[in-house]
Amino acid sequence: MSFWPRLGHFFTTSANWTGADGIVHRVVLQAELSAIVVVIAGALGIGFGFLLGHVGRGGLVAVNAANAARAVPSLALLTLLAIQPSIGLRAGGFLTAGITLVVLAVPPILTNSYVGMREVDADVREAARAMGMNGWQQLWKVEVPLALPLAVAGLRTAAVEVVATATLAAYVTVNDLGVYIFAGLSTQDSVETVAGSLLVALLALLTDLLLVGAYRLVTPEPLRQRRGARGAQVLRRERGAARAVGQPS
Amino acid sequence: MIAVSNPLLQWSYVTQNIGTILSALARQAELTVIAVVLGFAISLPLGVLVWRYAKARPAVLGFAGVLYTIPSLALFALVQPIVGYFSTTAAEIPLVSYTLLILVRNILAGLDGVPDDVREAARAMGYAPLAQLLRVDLPLALPSIFAGLRVATVTVVGLVTITTFIGQNVLGQLITQGFEQTYNSPIVVALVLSIALASVGDLLFVGLERVTVRWGRSSRSPA
Repeated sequence: MSFWPRLGHFFTTSANWTGADGIVHRVVLQAELSAIVVVIAGALGIGFGFLLGHVGRGGLVAVNAANAARAVPSLALLTLLAIQPSIGLRAGGFLTAGITLVVLAVPPILTNSYVGMREVDADVREAARAMGMNGWQQLWKVEVPLALPLAVAGLRTAAVEVVATATLAAYVTVNDLGVYIFAGLSTQDSVETVAGSLLVALLALLTDLLLVGAYRLVTPEPLRQRRGARGAQVLRRERGAARAVGQPS
Repeated sequence: MIAVSNPLLQWSYVTQNIGTILSALARQAELTVIAVVLGFAISLPLGVLVWRYAKARPAVLGFAGVLYTIPSLALFALVQPIVGYFSTTAAEIPLVSYTLLILVRNILAGLDGVPDDVREAARAMGYAPLAQLLRVDLPLALPSIFAGLRVATVTVVGLVTITTFIGQNVLGQLITQGFEQTYNSPIVVALVLSIALASVGDLLFVGLERVTVRWGRSSRSPA
């Protein structure tokens, strides 16, 4: 059989969909792993990014450190953690893969959150103070809502990277969609590789759409026209934070 | 060669395997340099074209966005049967593609950022379109272009490690070897050398930016 019929056959064979090594289970594992990572990395990145942006001190150091973390090859960290007896295969390899992916995901989120918080207009802060808001109210009612869109833009970049890179976890422990790609590689058979890649790309695309939705949701009404997706790019460019753009994984 | 005690870095590993380590580092650097140079050579005209002909922008950026969702591992695996197993081309096509998507975005952002009045002034001074592009628009876009080159370089160094799965003798080779033998040292060596290589590339562009953008600034100020 030539390639395309075999690819079709792969997706129409019901045995390929069910069971512990089936498509459904692997998609769920990959989605689960990615979701856990994005939640943890989001909490860390947005939390510290906002904090540093709000305080206005130590931020550049943190952003630079986060960017340096980007130079760490995921494959090296993943394998190194996997062979440590204390971490290795805990929780079905989720711990190893999780730590690796959090290291990958935090930098873009932290950078964007920090820049978003720094971007909040000094006049707006002053106006909030003049209206009699205390520190917490300023933070929660003014600064956070204004900084959130850019932070979520960072979350979106990170989430797509995480979903794509989670395939590497198949090399060490996790029985996710990467298994198809590695299997195809070792047998020099493109059918499984293509099938696995399609599924990962689909999951990444879905993740992207989900976070575009979240982005719209957190963008305050008056800012939607002036500062849509393009506006965020303009902001990033103006502040020389072009390094905040994502990297493929 | 299973290590009995397994410290993070066993110095004897380095001294006994220095040849292997250095050749993997050299190959890693080679693949990175080819990818960034080729990527830049393609993305500069591409970025300028997309900037000039706004209609092409959604198509190009949309394609880049889709490419971005395909894991690098998959792209390497998919390209390989088409252009040849274990070939340099199979490694470079995905690597160059990823640099394109970073570089074109940054070139566009840089060119978009040139203030309209500056461009108008240049036109009023009688600059021909090409001269204006080379002497006004691109110089002003340099900071953003350099930012792109830095991200692209750091990213590519990381991606090159993965080409070990398509038979490239790169630092990733040490990583898979360490994993298979439950041996920390090769992985740590590869990790440290990857970071070092990425840092050297990064600093190189920081230096280049200092030189060229200072020139840009001083040529603007006397007028």
